[in-house]
Amino acid sequence: MNDFLAARSQMALSLGFHIIFSCIGMVMPFFMAVAHYYWLRTHDITYKNVTRAWSKGVAIFFATGAVSGTVLSFELGLLWPKFMEHAGPIFGMPFSLEGTAFFIEAIALGFFLYGWDRFNPWFHWFTGVVVGVSGLASGILVVAANAWMNSPAGFDYVNGQYLNIDPIAAMFNDAWLSQALHMTLAAFAATGFAVAGVHALMLRRGRNVAFHTRAFRIAAAFGAVAALLQPLSGDFSAKDVARRQPAKLAAMEAHFHTEKHAALVLGGLPNEDKQRVDYAIKIPGMLSFLAHGNFEQEVTGLDRIAPQNRPPVVVPHIAFQIMVGLGTLMMGIAVVYFWALWRKKQWLHSRWLLGLFVAATPAGFIAVEAGWAVTEVGRQPWIINGVMRTADAVTPMPGIAYSFYLFTAVYLSLSLVVVFLLYRQIRMVPELYDVPAGAAEAAHA
Amino acid sequence: MNYVVIAYLYLAILLYLLLGGADFGAGIIELFTSRKNRRVTQETLYQAIGPIWEANHMWLIIAIVILFVGFPRIYSTMSVSLHIPLLLLLLGIIARGTAFVFRHYDAVHDRMQTVYATIFVYSSLVTPLFIGILAGSALAGYVDPAAPDFLTAYVWSWLHWFAVAVGVFTVALCGYLASVYTIGEATTEADRLRFIRKTRLLIVVAFAAGALVFGAAAYEGLPLISWIFGNPVGLTAIALATVSLGVLWYVLGGSRTWVPRVLAGFQVTMILLAVGYAHFPDFIRLRGGQHLSLLEQLAPAKTVAALGWALLLGSVFILPALGYLYYSFQHASRPAGEAAVEV
Repeated sequence: MNDFLAARSQMALSLGFHIIFSCIGMVMPFFMAVAHYYWLRTHDITYKNVTRAWSKGVAIFFATGAVSGTVLSFELGLLWPKFMEHAGPIFGMPFSLEGTAFFIEAIALGFFLYGWDRFNPWFHWFTGVVVGVSGLASGILVVAANAWMNSPAGFDYVNGQYLNIDPIAAMFNDAWLSQALHMTLAAFAATGFAVAGVHALMLRRGRNVAFHTRAFRIAAAFGAVAALLQPLSGDFSAKDVARRQPAKLAAMEAHFHTEKHAALVLGGLPNEDKQRVDYAIKIPGMLSFLAHGNFEQEVTGLDRIAPQNRPPVVVPHIAFQIMVGLGTLMMGIAVVYFWALWRKKQWLHSRWLLGLFVAATPAGFIAVEAGWAVTEVGRQPWIINGVMRTADAVTPMPGIAYSFYLFTAVYLSLSLVVVFLLYRQIRMVPELYDVPAGAAEAAHA
Repeated sequence: MNYVVIAYLYLAILLYLLLGGADFGAGIIELFTSRKNRRVTQETLYQAIGPIWEANHMWLIIAIVILFVGFPRIYSTMSVSLHIPLLLLLLGIIARGTAFVFRHYDAVHDRMQTVYATIFVYSSLVTPLFIGILAGSALAGYVDPAAPDFLTAYVWSWLHWFAVAVGVFTVALCGYLASVYTIGEATTEADRLRFIRKTRLLIVVAFAAGALVFGAAAYEGLPLISWIFGNPVGLTAIALATVSLGVLWYVLGGSRTWVPRVLAGFQVTMILLAVGYAHFPDFIRLRGGQHLSLLEQLAPAKTVAALGWALLLGSVFILPALGYLYYSFQHASRPAGEAAVEV
C-alpha cells in the first residue's frame, strides 16, 4: 500500500469511525431530554429509568467520540500537513468556535451525568438540553469546515499564494447550509432508527414492555420526522452540488456525457473505461429536473471535466445509490409509522411493524457512511476543491501504511468493545430497571 | 490580539497540565498502589475526577486548535517532524479515555474490570510520558525539517535523553499533582494519611526526575541551567516554587485541603514559567539554531483577530460554567440514594 493511499484510508477510517459516535453523541441527549421531561412532568418512574439507561449509552459514546475527535484534530496535521499549513488560518474559524461548543458540551455532560438528585431537577434537565444543543452546534461547525473544502471561500488564490484571508467569509461558504442541514437530519434519522430498532427488538421478544415501549416511541418519533424531512434537504443539496461541483454531481450520477434532457441513472455498475453504466434503470429527463428544476436543461457530464480533474465514479455512484435507497426505505417506514399513530393504533403492537424497525436498525448509519463517501470521494482529486490536490497535501513521512494498520486494529477493537458494552447494558435492563410498580413508587415517595 | 492568542495558548497548555495532568496522575497513582488499597484509591480518585473528566481534556483540543489556526507553520512542522511521538500520544489518549469510561459504565462487573483498569493505568503512564517527550523535543533543537534521512527527520528529532528525561519528569509531576489533589478527597483518616505519605514520596520522586532532566541536558550539551537560572524571572520562579514546596511539605497534614492544592498548582506554573520565559517567543527550536517563533509564525491578522475574539467569547461561556462545575462537585455531598441506582 503506498503512503498516499494509506493516508487517505486512515483518514477515511478515522472519520468513518468518529461520525457514528459524534452523531449518537449529539442526538441522544435530545432523546434523553424528552424522556427526562416526561419523568419530571408525570413522575412515571419508567421514564426516569429510560433516561438513566440512555445516559449511560451517551457517556460511552461521548467518551469514544471525544477521543476519536481529539485524534482527528491531530490527524489533520499528521496526514495532511501541507493542507493544514495553508487551510488552517482560513477555515479555522468554525474549529475555534467548535472548541467552545464542545467544551460546553463536556461541562454540561459532567453536570448531567453526575447531577442526579444533586441539583434542582429542572436545572439538571436543562444541563441535559445544553449537552444536546452544544453537541449539535459542534456538529454544524465541523460540517461548515468540511463544506469549505467543497466550496472554498474567504481568500484569493494568486500564484500559489493564499491572500486576503477572511475567516468569517470562509465559514459561511456556499456549501455550509445545505451540508449542515443534510448532516443534522441524517444524524437524527440514523440515531433515531438505530435506537428505535434496538428497543423494537426487545419489544418483539416481550422484554420489559413498559420500558422499551416508552424508549421506542421517543426514538422512533425523532427518527421518523427526520427521515421524512431528509428528502427535501437532499433535493436542496443536489441542486447546490449541481451548481457548485458539477464534477461531483456527474460522478454521483455516473453522468459521463453532457446532455440536455439528461436521464437519472438508478443503480447500475459504472464502467469508467467505456464511459457507460451497465445494468442501470434510466429515467429520461429526471436528472435535469432534479439538478436544475426543469426536464430539458443541460447537465454537465464528466466529459466537460479535464481528465486529470475527474473524480472516481464507481465509489461515489454506488455510495449515492446506497444512501438514497436507504433514505427512501426509512422515509417509507416513517410514513407507515405515522399512519399507524394516526389511524391504525393496533399496528403499533404488531410484530411486523416492530420487525420493520428492527430491520432498519443499521440503515441510517450505513446511509451516513455512504453519504460521506459521496461527498469526500466525489471531491477528489482535490482536498480544497479546485485549489489544492489531495496528493500535494500528504505528509512526506514514509511508512504511513503501518500507522493505518495500527489505527485499523485500534478502531476495530474499540468498536467491538462498544458493541459488547451496549449488549451488556441492554441485557442488564431487567435487573436494573424492571422494578415492580409498587416498589418503585415506595422507593421514590 | 496577537498577545491574546499567545496568552490563551500558554493558558491552555498550563491548564491541560494542571487538570488533565492530575487525571493522568490518578492513573499513575493507581498503578503504584498496593493491591490491598487499590479499590479505595480507585473509588476516591473516581469521586474526584468523574464529573470533571471530559472537561479537563478539552484544554488539549483548545491548544491544538489555537496552534493550527493561529500558528499553522508550527503545527505543520510538529506534525511532520514529531509524527511518531504524536501518534503514540494519540494511542495513549484513545486507550485512556475509553478505558476509564468503559470501566465505570460497564453494566456487568466481572474480570473485564481488570482489563479496563490495566489499560487505564498503563496508558495513564504512557500519555504524559509522550507529552513530556514532545515538550522536550520542542526545546532540544533536534527538530530538522530539512533532514536528509528518515532517522534524523522522524526519530532523532524526539528520541534523545533530554526529551525522555522531560517525559519522565512530566509523569512524576502528574503523579504529584494527583496525589496532592486527592488528599482532600479521602473519606477516612487512614486513607488521608496514606495519601499524604504518597505525596511526600512523590515529591522526592519529582525531585529525582528533575535532577535527571538536568543530567540529560548536560549530557546532550543543552544549556538548561543558563536557560532557567540565567534570567531574573526564571530565578525568581524557581525560588518561589522551592519556598512553596517547603510550605507545602509543612501544611500537607493540615485541615485546609485547598492550600496544598493551590501550592502544587503554583509550583507547576512556576516551573513552566521558568522554562518558557527563556525561550519566549520561540515555540520550537530547530536544528542549526533556527527557531519557530510565536510572534513570527502568526497567521494573517484577520485570522488572529477572529481567533482571539472566538477565544474571548468562548471564555465568557466556558469559565463560569467550568467554575460552577468544579464548585458543585467539591461542595455537594454525595446523595445517599444514589448508590442504589448507580451501578
